[in-house]
Amino acid sequence: MDFELSDEQVALTDGVQSFLEGRFPIATVRSLADDGGARRDLWRELGDLGLFSLRLSGAEGGAELGWADAVLAFEQLGRALVPGPLVWTHLLAGIVPGAATGETIVSGIDRDDPSGIVEFPHVIDVLVVADDAGLWSVDAAALDVADLSPLDPLTPVGRLAGPLPQGDQLVDAEAARVLRTQGAALTAGLLLGLAEASTDLAVAYAKDRHQFGRPIGSFQSLKHLMADMFARAEVARGAVYAAGVTLDDPAVGSVERAVAAAKLTSAEAALANGKTCIQVHGGMGYTSEIDAHLFLKRAYALEPAFGTRDDWADAMAELLDASV
Amino acid sequence: MDLRYSESDEAFRKELREWLADVLPTLPAEPHVDDWPARRTYDTDWQRRLFDAGYAGISWPVEYGGRGATLVEQLIYLEETTRAGAPYVGANFVGTLHAGPTIMTEATPEQKAEHLPRILRGDEVWCQGFSEPNAGSDLASLSCRAVRDGDEYVITGQKTWTSFAQIADWCEMLIRTEPDAPKHKGITWVMFPMDTPGIEIRPIHTIAGTTEFSEVFFDEARVPVANRVGLENDGWRVAMVTFGFERGTGFVSDLVETDKMISDLVRLARLVTRRGATAWDDIALRREVGHLQAEMDALWAMTKRNLSQAARTGVPGPAGSVMKVMYSELFQRITDLAMRVLERGSLTFDDVGDWPSGIFVHERVRSTSFSIAAGTSQIQRNIIAERILGLPRE
Repeated sequence: MDFELSDEQVALTDGVQSFLEGRFPIATVRSLADDGGARRDLWRELGDLGLFSLRLSGAEGGAELGWADAVLAFEQLGRALVPGPLVWTHLLAGIVPGAATGETIVSGIDRDDPSGIVEFPHVIDVLVVADDAGLWSVDAAALDVADLSPLDPLTPVGRLAGPLPQGDQLVDAEAARVLRTQGAALTAGLLLGLAEASTDLAVAYAKDRHQFGRPIGSFQSLKHLMADMFARAEVARGAVYAAGVTLDDPAVGSVERAVAAAKLTSAEAALANGKTCIQVHGGMGYTSEIDAHLFLKRAYALEPAFGTRDDWADAMAELLDASV
Repeated sequence: MDLRYSESDEAFRKELREWLADVLPTLPAEPHVDDWPARRTYDTDWQRRLFDAGYAGISWPVEYGGRGATLVEQLIYLEETTRAGAPYVGANFVGTLHAGPTIMTEATPEQKAEHLPRILRGDEVWCQGFSEPNAGSDLASLSCRAVRDGDEYVITGQKTWTSFAQIADWCEMLIRTEPDAPKHKGITWVMFPMDTPGIEIRPIHTIAGTTEFSEVFFDEARVPVANRVGLENDGWRVAMVTFGFERGTGFVSDLVETDKMISDLVRLARLVTRRGATAWDDIALRREVGHLQAEMDALWAMTKRNLSQAARTGVPGPAGSVMKVMYSELFQRITDLAMRVLERGSLTFDDVGDWPSGIFVHERVRSTSFSIAAGTSQIQRNIIAERILGLPRE
């Protein structure tokens, strides 16, 4: 047992991080709000980097890496606030043509979702529809979607104006269930990244900002808020990495239980840290000029994806019920 | 990242499990919490059995008679002994986990030879004299005074929160030897024999109805200078050295207990029936329990991360403070939820009818100490903020 990152995993994390620093600085990320949340050239670069194909076999153009590696990469995407339907596109790489390379942008929706909300309606090529029978591919260009004003400026949304077409079946119900669990683990990676980056942002501001003649970060009332941010992120990190490892090697534990802990604690950490980050910034945190709000809004946008905290808490209770 | 135990780890686990299955049924009944002599006998008898079976001093180096186990083996040891309901380290705590390691690191060969084998065999019980009424979170401001008189220190003052003072043979003590020096620089670490004339022990009555801790009063009690470990006025550093000894395994037993507590809460909730349904039928309760279990599993994963980090670097990660804050608050929330399940059944420390409820009420009250003892949650948050996040001191 060695739950530290391997040398290869450190190199992967560093590689993704430096790519994102170069290609997705916050100014670029913010500009994507005017591009429907994703720009095709940048999306292709994510594909070229291998973010969608990294688990695929060499024959499929992949790097033959595992879920633990994917989770680490998604943690970095979360840290950098990279928008777009990253999880759906990654999940459908190797299933929907072009997803692996970044040529095809894929998002998803539950057929019975009462909100009828489609994310990134202007940039996606394929909308994957999930129902009891499996996953179905629908041509996004054929959809009639009315724009809505988005909570997260970097997660543009619209509402289906008509019924969803049946679409072409991609996978059966069992495969869809597995993909949902895997999607929750990747989403947990993004949420973990948000929780960490919002902590860093708050700490940097608290060291720099002076009131009463000293840095506000010297006040215990604020220190304790940030200590809690760090603690929540660290707890989530354990769970999120464990979910990745367990997906790769189910002999070490229950996959569903590991993913439940990961999704629940990472969502909790991202939301609470997003709120606290705004609080630490005081009045500035309420301005759109400061990035703090982007972390909180993204956390809200990702919380319901692939099972809410409540869904996973209920799943955990079911597992307990069966084992106690 | 790899969460698989190696074959030798699994073999260690199997051998330990078999030994526990053999030995635990042969133990006498656990004594009453306030029967101190019986507790000493019970705890030291267990230590002797561990010693005879080669499990004593699991984390101690082989050169001092310990097992020299790897960190993963230590994790397995703590996990298995706690899960099997083996006796708690109890009266052997200070000796095996604090004073012993300090002696190992800082004492003379003679001091080591005198104490370490006896601690390991359960022949010697230690207690700790660090905290004082006016030196709690600010431990370094301690004022229990030692005046040098020839080859003796003459000690006058008071210590508090001393567990097992009534039955300990020795006390690891921090005393003020230089009152005019900066507070961290005038402290000395000594081994104090508890049968020394001039001390008085008064039990502290806790809100949980126990007498776990004592106050110890010193009135010109004399201890040989030869009992000092390390240099005079260097005791603060000597005491701190030991805190690096525990490398990420400090909360393993507590987490295993916490995990059990959640399962026990599920069993309790199935028993408590009101208005024709059990408490466990309530979706809101189940959801909350699921939530707590998710956090519990996350802390368990974090333990493995801390331990892996320590195994690689040789030093404990800074995450000990995170673990203490999160674990103590999680445990309190679990027992809080039990109080809600029990409703009026929580009005007594005794079991109510066929509900095994008393333990939950007792643990609810006892666990208020978890966020206070060994560094309050507020002190832990200062440590996280200043030492990990680099925020300036107030």
